[in-house]
Amino acid sequence: MITIENLTKKFGKVTAVEGLTFQVKEGEVFGFLGPNGAGKTTTIRMLCCLISKTSGEATIGDYHIGKADDSLQIRRMIGLIPDNVGLYDDLTASENLDFYGKLYECPEGPRRENIERFLKMLDLWERKDTRAGSFSKGMKQKLALARALVHEPKILFMDEPTANLDPESAKTVRDFILEVKKQGRTIFLNTHNLDEAQRVCDRIGIIKKKLLTIGTPEQLRESLSKPKTEIRLAQVTETMLSTLRKLIPNKIEVSDNKLLIDVTDPDKENPAIIAAIASTGGQVREVTQLAPTLEDVYLQIVKETK
Amino acid sequence: MRISKAWIVATKDMRVFLRRKSANYSLVLFPLIVSVGLPLVLRFVGARQGGLSSTRLPILMNSFSFFFLIGAALLPTVLASYSLVGEKIEKSLEPLLAAPITDSELLLGKSIAAFIPPVGAIYISSIVFMVLANLVTHNTLGYLYFPNWAIGLILLLLTPLSAILSIEWCVIVSSRASDARAAQMQGLFIALPLLAIYVASEVGAISLNTSTLLIISAVILVADIILFFLSTKTFQREEILTKWT
Ligand SMILES: Nc1ncnc2c1ncn2[C@@H]1O[C@H](COP(=O)(O)OP(=O)(O)OP(=O)(O)O)[C@@H](O)[C@H]1O
Ligand SMILES: [Mg+2]
Repeated sequence: MITIENLTKKFGKVTAVEGLTFQVKEGEVFGFLGPNGAGKTTTIRMLCCLISKTSGEATIGDYHIGKADDSLQIRRMIGLIPDNVGLYDDLTASENLDFYGKLYECPEGPRRENIERFLKMLDLWERKDTRAGSFSKGMKQKLALARALVHEPKILFMDEPTANLDPESAKTVRDFILEVKKQGRTIFLNTHNLDEAQRVCDRIGIIKKKLLTIGTPEQLRESLSKPKTEIRLAQVTETMLSTLRKLIPNKIEVSDNKLLIDVTDPDKENPAIIAAIASTGGQVREVTQLAPTLEDVYLQIVKETK
Repeated sequence: MRISKAWIVATKDMRVFLRRKSANYSLVLFPLIVSVGLPLVLRFVGARQGGLSSTRLPILMNSFSFFFLIGAALLPTVLASYSLVGEKIEKSLEPLLAAPITDSELLLGKSIAAFIPPVGAIYISSIVFMVLANLVTHNTLGYLYFPNWAIGLILLLLTPLSAILSIEWCVIVSSRASDARAAQMQGLFIALPLLAIYVASEVGAISLNTSTLLIISAVILVADIILFFLSTKTFQREEILTKWT
């Protein structure tokens, strides 16, 4: 659906995005992660034909960004939720949507239906005749979601849609994203929120000017940090440690009466470790398998490129 | 270029504008002062015993007609600066520019929105002015002064031409202005040449007869064409988005 090859954007001397190459498949939720100033917004703006590329190629469907004739076609296919919602405060919720529906050439009937459907889905139907300016942040974000969908785009670009939202509103937005995915739309989601990325994205790309890594959340977690087993004991003894060191050459960290052991295959190694501890008279109180989080992966990757 | 697309933007802008009280005042106040205030001046200064003679009165009435032209240059700046800078302040340009609309359709839409309300207000107030002015002067003059060729030229030719000039000028200054007020202030400069002409006619340096008005029209038309190219050059998607916000 989206193919990006060697895409680069320079603002004067500043290179915002360099040599991006990746693809987003149809129907996929793609998460674009990166620190502030990493080039996430710049990438979305290039893909939405809002700013020109400096070099490289990108296609949305069969259309090329940067080609004058194609950009109108691309804009018809996509919906955008920018980082600033940009609603018209003096217009009501339904007027905001109606304006965009008309701009996207939705015929009157389907336009009305869509406005009603999306406002109802997002719990805004009761407030349809209220000025958008009086809405809370969460409501505005939801209205911006409805606005981006009113013309039923194939691809939805979202720039940090849950930033600054309270947990409940953020959840509503996330649930809605999953709902939109069910309808078969492709979603390109910029976010800082790792937990969110993990929950809603099929694949994640981490960017810091260049694309650092890309994969499913599981692949990313597995690719980097190894799993660890944490064992809490009544007491840690020297004999216990030397027995364990003979059994497994992996790194063992000791703190108070806890052991933190790097493992490669927990299912096989854990029972052996516990048996070894028991053989030295150790009393196991608690065993916890620590899986690396996406946060670990993210921090590690972003740090490595400093 | 699809006019229908431009019209969607224009109606949206006009709707937003009509909901803003402060913006409405200017649209009501100026025409009200001109259409009612000027005939009152005629009534108390001109058309009375010992007042201006029937030869001086028409000169005064002619120069009053010119006020509508100044209004045509002033009023659109209020709307144009709102509809251009307003989008910048509300940060609504990004989703708007992501929609399937071309730069020229957007610019045309914004221009229509800044054109119709002020020119409409001027036309309505000019009719009120002509009726009232006729009422208070026809005893002294012995005939109905309005309508005449001069005000016809002013309303039908010069008013739209200077409204267009004013809008184009606003597009250019709005690209640099950070708030609507600043854009409005700079927009007002466009009325200066017209004020200069008005003053020149008052001191008798020129007379605002039909041939002078035709010459002024031609000059404004040329300025319109030049500013058209400058303003469309300023109004480029990427420029608007990255420099205007
Ligand atoms: N219009 C512009 N002119 C000059 N430089 C720009 C412009 N827009 C972005 N940049 C620069 O490009 C880089 C990437 O910015 P971008 O906004 O794409 O980052 P981001 O990943 O979206 O960050 P954030 O998480 O803060 O939103 C930054 O260094 C920024 O300063
Ligand atoms: Mg950003």
